[in-house]
Amino acid sequence: MAEFRLPPNSRITRGKVFKAPEGARNVRSFVVYRYDPDSGENPRLDTYEVDMDSCGPMVLDALIKIKNEVDSTLTFRRSCREGICGSCAMNIDGTNTLACTKATSDVSKDVKIYPLPHMPVVKDLVPDLTQFYAQYASIKPWLQSSTPPPPDHERLQTKEDQAKIDEPSACILCACCSTSCPSYWWNSDRYLGPAALLQAYRWIVDSRDDATGQRLDDLEDPFRLYRCHTIMNCTRTCPKGLNPARAIAEVKKMLSDRQH
Amino acid sequence: MTTKNRPLSPHLQIYRWQITMVMSILHRATGVALALGSLLLVYWLVSLASGPEAYALALECLGSAPAVAVLAGASFAFFYHLCNGIRHLVWDTGRGFEISQLYASGYAAIIASIALTAGFWLLIV
Repeated sequence: MAEFRLPPNSRITRGKVFKAPEGARNVRSFVVYRYDPDSGENPRLDTYEVDMDSCGPMVLDALIKIKNEVDSTLTFRRSCREGICGSCAMNIDGTNTLACTKATSDVSKDVKIYPLPHMPVVKDLVPDLTQFYAQYASIKPWLQSSTPPPPDHERLQTKEDQAKIDEPSACILCACCSTSCPSYWWNSDRYLGPAALLQAYRWIVDSRDDATGQRLDDLEDPFRLYRCHTIMNCTRTCPKGLNPARAIAEVKKMLSDRQH
Repeated sequence: MTTKNRPLSPHLQIYRWQITMVMSILHRATGVALALGSLLLVYWLVSLASGPEAYALALECLGSAPAVAVLAGASFAFFYHLCNGIRHLVWDTGRGFEISQLYASGYAAIIASIALTAGFWLLIV
């Protein structure tokens, strides 16, 4: 059920302010969600003033600078710093995106940074993605074929068939879309969410996959698929420019088509 | 490591309102408003069936300023739900999912529902 207020242990308190060093002229403030599981205290918002003259252009550059030079306890995931691994997904300036591809200059006032919305927080900006991955696994994201692979070459497909899976295959499973979806916020226990559904679609339309009917059966459920109400936050927020909402609409269409 | 007491990260409180999600929640709100507003329609019909005195009373009640405001809201709810419902029908055919199309159809639906509401009231007043 939709629970609009945060539970008591999740309400955010005011935190510390870390002033910019003396002589800094180009200062931006980063307001960052902090939660320390060892302290037993509620989450808080710490403010870090960063001298942008000695900082890289992306929000991730600022976070790394803060961790290196100001507060080593600040915890976040990051790896590739070029938008291909999906580790540094977080809520920046009100929308979900990758810290490594979001320029600080794109944010007008203080840069507000929260973990991905409506997720259990492990520490600071690190959400617990266990359920998200379990949902991904539940759509069986692998090739299911009723024929053995050819002995001397790969399973081939036409360029047109390949083009159908090009876009959905570019998903990096950063969870930006699923955690932007109000429907997923209220029903993540039963609704698969846009990321898992985009991948379900990716295997449904794969010309080499023979489990299409079974995959559609698995999605034909009031919650798993049909909790999508075309709110469109997913497509709006995808840092890779993909379109989970359209993929979900296509699956709905296939389900209605096969009834005739 | 205990996982039970993990806080829930903020969601509605911090997510930036965008026309996509605003129109979606407004669609549901107007749907609820229409369901409640249909009670007014039923009242009007029942009064009509109950005789001239009851109907005169109903006209007086429904013609009062607060009731007209409610009716104006109900008519907007009707036209908004209609226009945005057409967007949903188009989406169900798999079309109109580009961000630019989402915004264009969204603004079009808002403007159309305001224009239809205004036109409707000009027609009946």
